[in-house]
Amino acid sequence: MDYLDRLEAEAIHIMREVAGQFERPALLFSGGKDSIALTRLAEKAFRPGKFPFPLVHVDTGHNFPEVLAFRDKLAADLGEKLIVRKVEDTIRERGLVEPGGKYPSRNPLQTYTLLDVIEEFEFDACIGGARRDEEKARAKERIFSVRDDFGQWDPKRQRPELWNIYNGRIRKGENVRVFPISNWTELDVWNYIQRENIALPNIYFTHERECVVLPSGQLLGLSEHITIDEDDEIVTRNVRFRTVGDSTCTAAVESDAATIDDIIQDILVAKVSERGATRLDDNLSETGMEDRKRNGYF
Amino acid sequence: MDLLRFITCGSVDDGKSTLIGRLLYDSDSVSLDVLATLEKKRNATNSDSVDLALLTDGLKAEREQGITIDVAHKYFTTPRRKFIITDAPGHVQYTRNMVTGASNADLAIVLVDARQGVIEQTRRHTLLASLLGIRYFVLAVNKMDLVGNDEAVFQKIKTDYDAIAQQLRLPHVIAIPLSALNGDNVVRHSPSLPWYGGPSLLQHLESVPTVADANPHEPRFQVQYVIRPQTEELPDYRGYAGRIQSGVYKVGDKVRIQPSGLETSIEAIEVNQKEVPSAEAPQAVVLRLRDDIDISRGDSIVPVHTHPAVIRELEATLCWMDERPLKAGRKLLVQHHSAVVKASVSAILQKTNIETFESVGTDEAKLNDIVRVRLKTAVPLVVDEYRSNRVTGAFILVDEQTGSTLAAGLVTATEEEYFTQEIAVEPAFSI
Repeated sequence: MDYLDRLEAEAIHIMREVAGQFERPALLFSGGKDSIALTRLAEKAFRPGKFPFPLVHVDTGHNFPEVLAFRDKLAADLGEKLIVRKVEDTIRERGLVEPGGKYPSRNPLQTYTLLDVIEEFEFDACIGGARRDEEKARAKERIFSVRDDFGQWDPKRQRPELWNIYNGRIRKGENVRVFPISNWTELDVWNYIQRENIALPNIYFTHERECVVLPSGQLLGLSEHITIDEDDEIVTRNVRFRTVGDSTCTAAVESDAATIDDIIQDILVAKVSERGATRLDDNLSETGMEDRKRNGYF
Repeated sequence: MDLLRFITCGSVDDGKSTLIGRLLYDSDSVSLDVLATLEKKRNATNSDSVDLALLTDGLKAEREQGITIDVAHKYFTTPRRKFIITDAPGHVQYTRNMVTGASNADLAIVLVDARQGVIEQTRRHTLLASLLGIRYFVLAVNKMDLVGNDEAVFQKIKTDYDAIAQQLRLPHVIAIPLSALNGDNVVRHSPSLPWYGGPSLLQHLESVPTVADANPHEPRFQVQYVIRPQTEELPDYRGYAGRIQSGVYKVGDKVRIQPSGLETSIEAIEVNQKEVPSAEAPQAVVLRLRDDIDISRGDSIVPVHTHPAVIRELEATLCWMDERPLKAGRKLLVQHHSAVVKASVSAILQKTNIETFESVGTDEAKLNDIVRVRLKTAVPLVVDEYRSNRVTGAFILVDEQTGSTLAAGLVTATEEEYFTQEIAVEPAFSI
């Protein structure tokens, strides 16, 4: 078997374990390529049956409109249930402070909405598209990762994960985050998307966009959510996005890649890792991701 | 392109993280921004070269203490292969992580410091890796530069290790002299070690056969999930979804459902909703059967001509992973892949001394102990001995209340005539 077939078989096996072990699982769906790949794996795991879980999207209100449209169409085409919960509702209901600043990120506030939706539907397992190659703290994450009542991750109390036996036994109030594509790299996901002919939101491909040039040299697409000052440098470039997060904290990269083949070529020559190129929130401190994960972030 | 999973084991200062860092660095798997972070670190600490170990130490506490606490996974690809590295910590107290890492590996790199040679930990790591069924071993003699690249030092360590390899009957061992810090013999051959004519570490990793294919084994399949759409188009569809654990399944095979013992045959095998004539491990498939039989999650479907053990009493080797010691009589859960059954530990027979490899009598298992026990289960398990099947011979023990994983279990004997003679435990104080 080719390595991609092996990774696929492993992911399908993990998804079916979720279906077999939990009463109320959910698939966290962001509209990004990794969660889109998860829906293809779920089709392979459960068709001709329905998915044994709904798709759940935590909408920050800062998402790219193209991605939201894609999300709705995909859920409709699949004929599966989609649950959307909005960060702005959480902000209102909980009286949270809307993040300020020039490029306000609702990314940290997503965690509240996520924990609320888990509580609302009593989800006992949430499938996510995180990969171990994304970041150093993620490299230590289990495939079945148990979270306490507060959604917190304690790296020192992780269960040992032996062979491909996944222990999802939890106490009331706890839940499990499950990462079926843990062992995939960014390139593996792209190779899979190409092989399976999976459709993606068009912001992954080259397009002309007005961007502000950040002090780091990174490009951030203009949107109503960020503040532009007089001395900001605004440019129009051919760009694409390597990840699909909030429009306020996901930088664009200059690229003429119009097809998946082009993107794979782009990655093969790219020398900057995925999160480093595009995520403004991880650069804050060396342990940005670990700290957020401890607090319940995905 | 195929896939090789390997584990690296060594003591705290053997330079394990540096070795992995070197493999990633020299195979161009480290990106610019990660290198920039390392460079920042280097300037802050005023050192001469980039600390490659920082590529693998992921948690805050690990970077603060300069040690690895938890199993980490790293990935790199060469034109020949994709590699998954499991980096297991080397401390005595983290034996459980080493066992965890070894459970999924095809090959083990056992690292020793050329200045120290073979030490107790080398023996322990090799024993654990061999116990978990790893067949390919690389003895990586690191820091050769610090012993003047002296061939005699290397030969002495190699000879010492051969004794361990013979005692454990390791099937494939190669010794490679290297310096992870300088990159000697990691990816490229080094002119500093002209007397060594063997492959570099990466050349070896690219050429060993991948043994993950369990296909020479007898066919085994366990049901994970039953697909029943119950729609107008498919009112009677019943598909048994699961992963082929070992061997090959073909349409038309006569099969037995275990533990019920009922027989039927395979009507269709589906992969991604397409019917295929046959499928092999480790493919994820859906089986449809000729007859309507009551089958649920955790049941096994095996060809009638093969005979897994279907038993309620067995002997197993455990690696105990819980703070609270195990005593005979303890009730717990056995998770055998998709089957979870109640069980009790009816006897603790003996403990393996992981330095001398000898067995001694014991009546309890403490954290990180390797013990042989007898288990009784409430309903029959469908298993094979671990030495003949690394999938169906493996299980974990789970605490019924907390859900914690308590132990890794390997089926060692399934028939009473091969059970260990009960070892009488001497009282601590004789009158």
